[in-house]
Amino acid sequence: MLVYLLLGIVFGIVLTKSEVNSWFRIQEMFRFQAFRMYGIIGTAILTAVVSLAVVRKSGVKSVSGEVISIPSKDFGHGVRYALGGVIFGVGWALTGACPGPLFALIGNGLSVMVVAVASALLGTWVYGWLRPRLPR
Amino acid sequence: MTAWFAQTWPWYVAGPIIGLFVPALLLTGNKVFGVSSNLRHLCSAFLPSKLEYFRYDWKQTGLWNLVFLVGIVIGGFIGSHWGTPHDIAISSQTKATLQSLGIHDFSGVAPKELFSWPALLTLRGFVSVVVGGFFVGFGTAYAGGCTSGHAISGLADFQLPSLIAVVGFFAGGLAATYLILPRLL
Repeated sequence: MLVYLLLGIVFGIVLTKSEVNSWFRIQEMFRFQAFRMYGIIGTAILTAVVSLAVVRKSGVKSVSGEVISIPSKDFGHGVRYALGGVIFGVGWALTGACPGPLFALIGNGLSVMVVAVASALLGTWVYGWLRPRLPR
Repeated sequence: MTAWFAQTWPWYVAGPIIGLFVPALLLTGNKVFGVSSNLRHLCSAFLPSKLEYFRYDWKQTGLWNLVFLVGIVIGGFIGSHWGTPHDIAISSQTKATLQSLGIHDFSGVAPKELFSWPALLTLRGFVSVVVGGFFVGFGTAYAGGCTSGHAISGLADFQLPSLIAVVGFFAGGLAATYLILPRLL
């Protein structure tokens, strides 16, 4: 468990020092007025693709002894990804933060984001409530 | 002379570090990097409910991630106290656009006009924090992931649902930026 705490700490530091947690940076991104966020997300994806391929090819097991595998996401009708994605996107632009940065911002001292998190929890709960009636 | 890592980190350093969380978590315990599921775990742990979506053993599936989440908060604290405080160097175009929309506080990580306790009592502050937060929580639950889970982990694994989700993220973000913000701010 300590490992996950340490990794989380590193993640929180990266989000803060790279300003990924900044509403201003997200605005720059959605206005296509700076390369920065695209550079970060792009290189993150590239790094993840390459390192994942290397890990798989090497056949190495996890420290816990398991075979490394990422479960495939159930496609369904694809609606949940499109619609859920759009809804999240709207929220992302409004709050200027996705879940990770929301928590990093609290650590930064932007205490009002506790309200954003509470609201996010409410949103997740409402999803759970509406789920049986929503298209997947 | 401050060390480079005490100042703002360049994109080509931050990006690869973020990307490395995918193999790091897989190698540690076959965990898939994805922060938004924590919202579900928190609901499951603290909001007693008969809803099927929250009835699972959150300690078994999610404890590692909740610990990771606590780490993010601590890391946020460390990161914000490391190095000299400075204004975020956003593009002058964006600054000008935001100024024309009524934003004038560029001193922090987010404008006080929208993100402060007093601002919560204004429409634009309320929408940014409460409505925005709600959409983040609802949207990530519906889509089954956020930028870490879909854009990074999902795309790294070439999963089509994640590509659709990411397109959705941008469509939503662009709609909010160009259609909602000008009317809200």
